[in-house]
Amino acid sequence: MIDFIDPIYLLAVIVFIFGLKGMSSPKTARGGIVAAGVAMLIAVVATAAAFFFPATASLLGLSGTPALANLALIALGIAIGGGLGYYAAKKVQMTAMPQMVAAYNGMGGGAAAAIAAVELLSGSGINGLSVAGAVIGSVSIAGSLIAFLKLQGWMRQRPIVYPLQQPTNIAVLIVGVFFGILSVAMNQGIYLLPFFVLTLLFGILLTLPIGGADMPVVISLFNALTGIAVAMDGFSIQNYAMIVAGILVGAAGTLLTVLMARAMNRSIPSVLFGAFGATEEVGGSIQGSLKPIEPDDAASLLAYAGQVVIAPGYGMAVAQAQQKVKELVDALEAKGVTVKFAIHPVAGRMPGHMNVLLAEAGVSYDHLYDRDEINPEFATTDVVLVIGANDVVNPAAHRQGSPLFGMPILDVENAKNVLVIKRGQGKGFAGIENDLFYKDNCRMLYGDAQAVVGKLIQSLKTV
Amino acid sequence: MDLYAALFVVVLSAFLGYEVISRVPVLLHTPLMSGSNFIHGIVLVGAMVALAIAQTPLEQAVGFVAVVMGAMNVTGGYAVTERILAMFDRSKKQGGAP
Repeated sequence: MIDFIDPIYLLAVIVFIFGLKGMSSPKTARGGIVAAGVAMLIAVVATAAAFFFPATASLLGLSGTPALANLALIALGIAIGGGLGYYAAKKVQMTAMPQMVAAYNGMGGGAAAAIAAVELLSGSGINGLSVAGAVIGSVSIAGSLIAFLKLQGWMRQRPIVYPLQQPTNIAVLIVGVFFGILSVAMNQGIYLLPFFVLTLLFGILLTLPIGGADMPVVISLFNALTGIAVAMDGFSIQNYAMIVAGILVGAAGTLLTVLMARAMNRSIPSVLFGAFGATEEVGGSIQGSLKPIEPDDAASLLAYAGQVVIAPGYGMAVAQAQQKVKELVDALEAKGVTVKFAIHPVAGRMPGHMNVLLAEAGVSYDHLYDRDEINPEFATTDVVLVIGANDVVNPAAHRQGSPLFGMPILDVENAKNVLVIKRGQGKGFAGIENDLFYKDNCRMLYGDAQAVVGKLIQSLKTV
Repeated sequence: MDLYAALFVVVLSAFLGYEVISRVPVLLHTPLMSGSNFIHGIVLVGAMVALAIAQTPLEQAVGFVAVVMGAMNVTGGYAVTERILAMFDRSKKQGGAP
C-alpha cells in the first residue's frame, strides 16, 4: 500500500499556513478559515481511511487495523463532539464569543492531555514528551474552563487571592510533574491519577487570581499553550501534522498574546501575577457628584450637536442595544448631525469584539474610528454618548497610583458634554471607580441601554 | 523519527508562526485567536490514533474523551471563527448604505 497519509498531512499543513496568513488581513480572512477548514476535513478523513490499510496504519504507529469496537467509538466520539461543538457555536450569542473561544480551546487542551494519558497508560509513544504534553494540556483545559466560567458570569470575576499564592501554585505544579515522572520511571499507571489531579489544579489556581478584564490575554495564552501541547503529543506519536500545526499555533498565539497585552498596556507577567483589580486604590477620593439627566433633555443636546461621538462598551452588547443604537445613528444623521463611533481596542471583552458586534447591527465600517484616530477629535466634539463602557473611558488611567494607570483610554472627558448610559451605579469590569462620571460636563442616563436608547429615539422625534 | 529533523521542523514552524501574523490589525485579533484555536484542532487526528491503539477499557474511555474533545475543538472552533468573519463580510456589503 502506498503512503498517502504523509503527503495529505503535508498538504494540510501548507493550507493551514496559508489559512493563518489569510486570517491576518481583513480582505482574505474568510477565505483563510474556509481553506483551513477544508484541509482539516481532508486530514481527518485521510486518517480514518488509513485505519483500513494495515501498511498505512503502521505509519501512524498502529499495529494493523484497529479493533472494530475502537473504530465504532471513534465514529461515535466525532459525531457527539462534533455535533455538540457545532450546535453550541451556532446557537450562542455574539456577545458570548470570547468565552466560547475559551471553551473550545479548553477542549483542545483536554484532548491533548487525554492523548498523552493514553500514551502513558499503554506505554506507547515517547514518554517524556507525553508527560510534557499532558502537563501543558491539563493546564490549558483547567485554565480555559475557569476563564469560561468567569466570562460567562458563573464565577466571581474579581481576582481571587490568598496568602503565599505563587509559592503554593508552583509547589502544586512541581509535585504534579514529580508524579508524572514517577509514573514513567516506575512504569506505574496509578501515579497518573495524582499527576493529572495536581496539574489540573495548577491550571485552576493559575487562573483564579486573574481578573475579568485580563481574560482575553489569558485565553490567548492558553490558546498558544494548547498548540504547544498538541505539538508535544505530535512528537510523542511521531505525527508531523500535529507538530507543525501545534508549533505554528504556539508561536502565532504567543505573538498574539503579546500584541493583545500591548494594546491593553499590560505586560504578560503583570497579567498572570498582578491580580489586577484585586486592590482598591488608596487615597485619591473623587470630587464632585453624579448628575442624572432626563432622556428628553439628552435628546435635545444630541439633536443640536454638530458632531456626536458614541463610545460603546460591553454594557451595550449585554443589553442587546446595537440595533437601537444603529436606529439612533440614523435618526441623528437625518437631522444633519455627524455621528462617529470611538472604538477602544479592548472595548467589549476582546480586541476587535466591538467591531464585530456593531457590524452585526449593520453599522458601516466608515463610522468606526480607532482610539488614536478619534482622541484628538474629542475637543471639538459637542456630545459624547458613552453606552455601557466604563474602564476604557476612565480618566483615572492618567493618574499615577490608579490600578488603571498607563492604560490608553478614550479621552471623552475633553468633549463639551458627556452623556453616560449606565445600568446602575456599579463599577466597571476592572472594579475601579470612574472619575469621569463625577466631572462637571458629565450627565448620567440610568437604565437598560436598549430602553434608554429607545427613549432617546422617541424624544428625538419631538425635538 | 530523527530527533534533529523534528527539531528543525519545530524551529522553522515557530519562526513561520511568528512571521505569518506579525502585521495583524487589532480588528482581527479576536478572529485570529479563534482561527488559530481551530487549527490546533488537528489534535483530533492524534485523538483518533490514540483511541485506535487503546486496548484496555480505561484506555478506550480516555481515548474516547480525547476524540470527543478534539471534535468539539474542530467544529466549534470553525463555526465560531466563521461566524465572526461573516459579520465583517456583511458589514462591508452594507457599507455606505444609509
